[in-house]
Amino acid sequence: MNTLAVPVASAPQPVSPPLTQRFAALADALLPAAAALVITVLLFSAAVALAGFDPLEVWSLIVMGGFGDAFAWQNTLQRAAPLILTGLAVALPAQAGRVIIGAEGALVLGGLAAAALGTVLAAQAPPLVVWPLMALAGMLMGGLWIGIVGWLREKREVNETIASLLMSFIAIALFNQAVETVLRDPASLNKPSTKPLPDAFLLPAMPGLDVHWGLGVGIVVAIIAWAVVKLTPLGLSLRVAGGNPRTALSVGLPVTWLTIGACAAGGACAGLAGAVEVAAVHGAANASLIAGYGYSGILIAFAARFSPAGVVPVAILVGGIAASGSLLQRRLGLPDASVTVLLGFAFVALIGCETLRGRSFFRRG
Amino acid sequence: MDATTLGWWGVPLAILGGAIRVGTPLLWVSLGETVTEKAGRINLGLEGTLLMGAMTAYAVSLLTGNPWLGIVAAACVGTLFGVLHGALCSLTRVNDTAMGIALMLAGTGLAFWLGKPLIQPSAPDLPAIELGSWSTMPAVQAALGINPLFVIGVALAFAVHWAFGHTRIGLRLRVVGDSENAARAFGLSPSGYRIGATAFGGACAGVGGASLSLVYPGAWSEALSSGQGVMAVALVIFARWDPRRCILAGLLFGGASAISPALQAMGYSSGYYLFGALPYVLTLALLIGLGKPGPSDGAPGELSLNR
Repeated sequence: MNTLAVPVASAPQPVSPPLTQRFAALADALLPAAAALVITVLLFSAAVALAGFDPLEVWSLIVMGGFGDAFAWQNTLQRAAPLILTGLAVALPAQAGRVIIGAEGALVLGGLAAAALGTVLAAQAPPLVVWPLMALAGMLMGGLWIGIVGWLREKREVNETIASLLMSFIAIALFNQAVETVLRDPASLNKPSTKPLPDAFLLPAMPGLDVHWGLGVGIVVAIIAWAVVKLTPLGLSLRVAGGNPRTALSVGLPVTWLTIGACAAGGACAGLAGAVEVAAVHGAANASLIAGYGYSGILIAFAARFSPAGVVPVAILVGGIAASGSLLQRRLGLPDASVTVLLGFAFVALIGCETLRGRSFFRRG
Repeated sequence: MDATTLGWWGVPLAILGGAIRVGTPLLWVSLGETVTEKAGRINLGLEGTLLMGAMTAYAVSLLTGNPWLGIVAAACVGTLFGVLHGALCSLTRVNDTAMGIALMLAGTGLAFWLGKPLIQPSAPDLPAIELGSWSTMPAVQAALGINPLFVIGVALAFAVHWAFGHTRIGLRLRVVGDSENAARAFGLSPSGYRIGATAFGGACAGVGGASLSLVYPGAWSEALSSGQGVMAVALVIFARWDPRRCILAGLLFGGASAISPALQAMGYSSGYYLFGALPYVLTLALLIGLGKPGPSDGAPGELSLNR
């Protein structure tokens, strides 16, 4: 019997799966997030009620403080800008199967490089020349830092998660040392800092938005990253190298360099975040740069399931919740640590509810 | 009188004293993390547990006037966080690295929220064991005022080492950490052992936190921990999963951060932060030099970090 014989007169093959199956797939994708949302709301409401506050009032203030008016949005997006980039710093190496948790170090060194270069160049060139160079300095520094981690992984089998954490501690020590000695502005007495950028060199707001250009930079980088990962052969190779290195090697992909490149690209995003924070928010490199954005980025990337595009909405949501802290404190006297608790609960629930994925209750039989 | 009256002898003495003071919480968190990792699980969230432990210990010590009760309470809270992490990570598809960082955020937030009213009042500290009372020099007395939690921690480290090799539960825990298939063949439940090991790790981290708030620096503030909980993971690698070497690792990491203040007292202030970074450079160099840690290094085979 010829198994290759195809019945000519049979019914046409369905071009897409049946509707019920598609609904099941959608439910499967949404179920973990929905369950996490319910758990988070219940847990945080209980915590707030135990502390003697009205949960409804607290929730409405969180929405107001994060997304209620133009001012709230401005605050939210301002915070989202570095978070998008640190989220990418984790999401990009993850495409190659690498878990990097040291974006904080790449961020502070990127900020330091940008601040050092910016203050020197500010006397000789206009802002439009200095900004790209500062961004480049930050990206090179961050890319080099996490690139080393990728290289150690590929060449010496050093675990990248631990190595990136160690490199992050080393980076912060180098940063503090530099800011307190060689790069210190003698005028910064209480809070050691590099020389401030002249006012004309602070990154301005995007037209009509009142949010600095860092947000635009973050979104553009996220779109480029998404396009490269999803649409180009390079992105496909990267995902194959991450998903199944043996297959990747057997079809002749340069797995080593793809991995190191993905780590360096992630580090460059973190370094760029540092450069943006220096150029747009702090005006100099100082301890304010060590704000935990690197760690938040890990959670954002996991919550976005490592999608470079998904990082953007998650970062905005996280930025909004963080931004609502000050309103909660002003209106209700609720400590701003309460929003950290909310974010912690939300991420615990989200990561825990991943267990529901693929166990859809809608797909019987 | 200060270190100068001892001349240069003041420097090693101050470093030793500092190593014990700063190293005690490190010893506890790394000891706990060693047990957790020996069962094949990693907990990156010990920073949150540490802060919860510090806050709880301080609050209970303040309310009851008894710092030892504070330490017990800290261990209980730590156990709770450990069980939570262990149980959640036992679910399929839950990533332990990410869950650890999420719990770090939740624990830190809770500790700061609940600890807000504790910033002003001062709770009774844990009294030191005065080994230096024979001396009239305050510098010697300060350095030899040994923290009882350090002594208990050292004893516990040896006890854990002994338990790994000689007790039923210790051997089974190592089987679970080395090979899940072998554990199942023996009829052991990997999840059960891992939850237990993570709970032990959490309890130790809670006590480590108590050491911060009740011994040194001996007060509750939001700047209490400088990442000791996150460092634990690095220390365990440095100790190569040997509980006894956690003592050495704690003292070394603690001592490195005491070098700069000791030298500063002698008038040398350069390289303050660089000395602090030395242990990390050393750990990284160790990882690079020795390559991938294998079973002969005591590395648990089921640990996601070793794959």
